[in-house]
Amino acid sequence: MGKTVISAPPGVPFVDITREFEAPREVVFRAWTEPDLIVQWLGPRKYHMEIERWDARDGGAYRYVHVDDAGNAHGFHGVFHGAPTPEAMVQTFEYEGAPGHVSLDSLVLEEHDGRTVARLHSVYQSVADRDAMVEAGMGEGVTEGFERLDELVGRLVPVA
Amino acid sequence: MTMFQNSAIMDGQSTGPDQLSAVFSALGDPTRRAILLRLVEGDRTVAELHAPFAMSQPAISRHLKVLEAAGLISRRRRATARLSHLEAAPLGEATAWLARYQAFWDGRFQQLDALLAALQAPPPSPASEPAVEG
Repeated sequence: MGKTVISAPPGVPFVDITREFEAPREVVFRAWTEPDLIVQWLGPRKYHMEIERWDARDGGAYRYVHVDDAGNAHGFHGVFHGAPTPEAMVQTFEYEGAPGHVSLDSLVLEEHDGRTVARLHSVYQSVADRDAMVEAGMGEGVTEGFERLDELVGRLVPVA
Repeated sequence: MTMFQNSAIMDGQSTGPDQLSAVFSALGDPTRRAILLRLVEGDRTVAELHAPFAMSQPAISRHLKVLEAAGLISRRRRATARLSHLEAAPLGEATAWLARYQAFWDGRFQQLDALLAALQAPPPSPASEPAVEG
């Protein structure tokens, strides 16, 4: 299992996330850009994720919503800058619960020996924005890692 | 950052975003980090904390004020000296903050691992046909 490395140094408005995946770059790129694949991993488990719009092209808009059991909906949207490629994907990101606090996110995928390293760099408009976004919304993550481990085993297609 | 207080996603916690910003800002200076390490050994006066550094004692006092405002140290008087004491709780909460964010992304990427494995799995081979005899 890969190890997610997160760097959020004090006093700077960005977050860096690095993770290696056991797959070639083109497969990881598909999982990150095709809407029917994205819904299978990007949403926290206790939310149902709906993609309202996903135009992964230069200037294209995206919007998705996480809905919880009580029907509370949390919307996220932004725009792609430049045609997304495995070498570079750049998009703005805004949580509709905190309008006006927009981050600029970029993703770079590098392949070595059939494995792919993903590097995500998110830049916020201020250190306070960065700290607040990191803090809000991640509370339910603690138990999910273990649940996801179980699910990983269950979803593997057995070799015939 | 009150705009997050109405978010249904946010879990209840005692350390608000402003406090966390103060803690991270306080930690973002090597002199202050060195002072905190020294205080792990026990309470120290301003003069004792000043000794290893080339800067002036008022400069050290300014650093101590930043640490106190962030809740990372508390201060008390002993005779004519002012003692600084390390307060561990805010440091623990700052670590927990990042740990939750780490756990969130661990969860997302484990889901992505499962999806990538499914996408790469070979398709099931067709059942082999029995040889048809003469």
